[in-house]
Amino acid sequence: MHIPDGFLDLKTAVATGVLSAAAVGISLRRLNGSLPRKKVPLMGLAGAFVFAAQMVNFPVAGGTSGHLMGGVLVAVLLGPAAGVVVITSVLIVQCLLFADGGIVALGANVFNMGVIGSAGGYAIYRGVRLVFRNERGRYLAVVLAAWGSTVLAAVCCAGELAWSGTVPWTSAFPAMTNVHMLIAIGEAVISSLAYSAIAAARPDLVAENPRSAPVHEGRDLLLYGALITAGVVLFISPFASRWPDGLEAVAAKLGFESTAIARPLVTSPLDGYTIPGLGSPVAATVIAGLAGTCIVFAGGFLLARLLAGRSRHEA
Amino acid sequence: MRHEYIDRYARLDSPVHRLPPGLKLAIALALVISTVMVPISAIPYFAACALLLLIVIFLAHLPFRFVALRLLTLEPLAGGVGILALMQHDGLLMLIRILVKSNLCLLTMIVLSNTTPFDGILGVLRSLRVPQLLVTVLALMYRYVFLLIDQSERMTRARKSRTFAPRRGGRWKTAAGIVGQLFIRSTERAERIYAAMSARGWR
Repeated sequence: MHIPDGFLDLKTAVATGVLSAAAVGISLRRLNGSLPRKKVPLMGLAGAFVFAAQMVNFPVAGGTSGHLMGGVLVAVLLGPAAGVVVITSVLIVQCLLFADGGIVALGANVFNMGVIGSAGGYAIYRGVRLVFRNERGRYLAVVLAAWGSTVLAAVCCAGELAWSGTVPWTSAFPAMTNVHMLIAIGEAVISSLAYSAIAAARPDLVAENPRSAPVHEGRDLLLYGALITAGVVLFISPFASRWPDGLEAVAAKLGFESTAIARPLVTSPLDGYTIPGLGSPVAATVIAGLAGTCIVFAGGFLLARLLAGRSRHEA
Repeated sequence: MRHEYIDRYARLDSPVHRLPPGLKLAIALALVISTVMVPISAIPYFAACALLLLIVIFLAHLPFRFVALRLLTLEPLAGGVGILALMQHDGLLMLIRILVKSNLCLLTMIVLSNTTPFDGILGVLRSLRVPQLLVTVLALMYRYVFLLIDQSERMTRARKSRTFAPRRGGRWKTAAGIVGQLFIRSTERAERIYAAMSARGWR
């Protein structure tokens, strides 16, 4: 998923760069406050670990092989702020040492793989853990976090390419999503198996001690959530209108579209992501997307408050 | 411990290698940004850019074969995105644009990474007031990445020499086992490094 230079235009590079810089800044600030001096070498070693782990291949269908990206694994083992910093360091080294992934596209790569792939994955992990609290829930949470964050990162990557005008959304979205829904299976299975191997050999490294969990974790997840939603609004929502809803597509195919929309049960306030009275469809879509995201964000906020409240309570 | 594929030519001696790393980083960044911004119709710009890079490669004694092979690894990706780009009006122009721009940018970065040792770049980042923690993490990462790659290759080789007829499921489990073991060894190594750094008066 490393985007090389020359695929993105300058506005996309700057927008992703600003979002990524904010996320890395937040993470560094958090680590400066809470990371014990003793753990600083571990951060560097974790970066080297991700690098080396990406060279371990496993076979996929048809003679091709895949490798781990490792964002979720690092975030679950070391925390979301460490995950963002470690993955960012890996991407900087890959860019400057291997010329792998562009330097102007670095912001986009950090956003997709570091912010979404690591901090976003961690948010999914915590969310699943709220529901499944037993021992097996951990592995399920790692699987879902790795799969979900990889797919979301791929969708965001497609959005960035489309926003740059490089590739039309209608072909970028299905291509990126379909391929990465398969790749993400490998990521999910290997992350989860590696996590269970670590848990078997060194249970202390994966211990979920509420005392060791930083009190501010809920607030951190909220900030990362805000940045990710901003990215989703910028890169994906302008195209959402060209993304036929599954049900709408089925309805159109079966020919009962007109009867279906004749009497809606409840009129949606943001029907079909357009707002009446606004001239430009793109602006209307962005505003509708923004409003929708605010609603989702409010839900996320409540969840985060719930999480933060609990960790403080337990500590 | 030297890995053929990591900064293989960064420590050669040539006029280009002797330039200050900050200058090279600034020039490379300016070249990449202008290549991204300039419209594809400005053919003289792209020709001049390519010529300049070829001259630098020659002056830096980088083998053309190595640079060409490294550049070739981009083509499957550029081709794939190019085919997706064809599915719009004036798609052919977009395909040419992607191929020209991404190849020129990658060539710039290949030249930069093979003429500038990473510790030079770290020095530049430090003088640019990049947060101390990030620079420390990058420095430690560069120091230990070779060791950990060695370690993971050793474990992979050991596993291979003991496995005669691998099944796919088994190989996924093996790969995950190696990754897990690698993480455990990295944490243990980090603890030893911390002890060694403290013993030498770190901070």
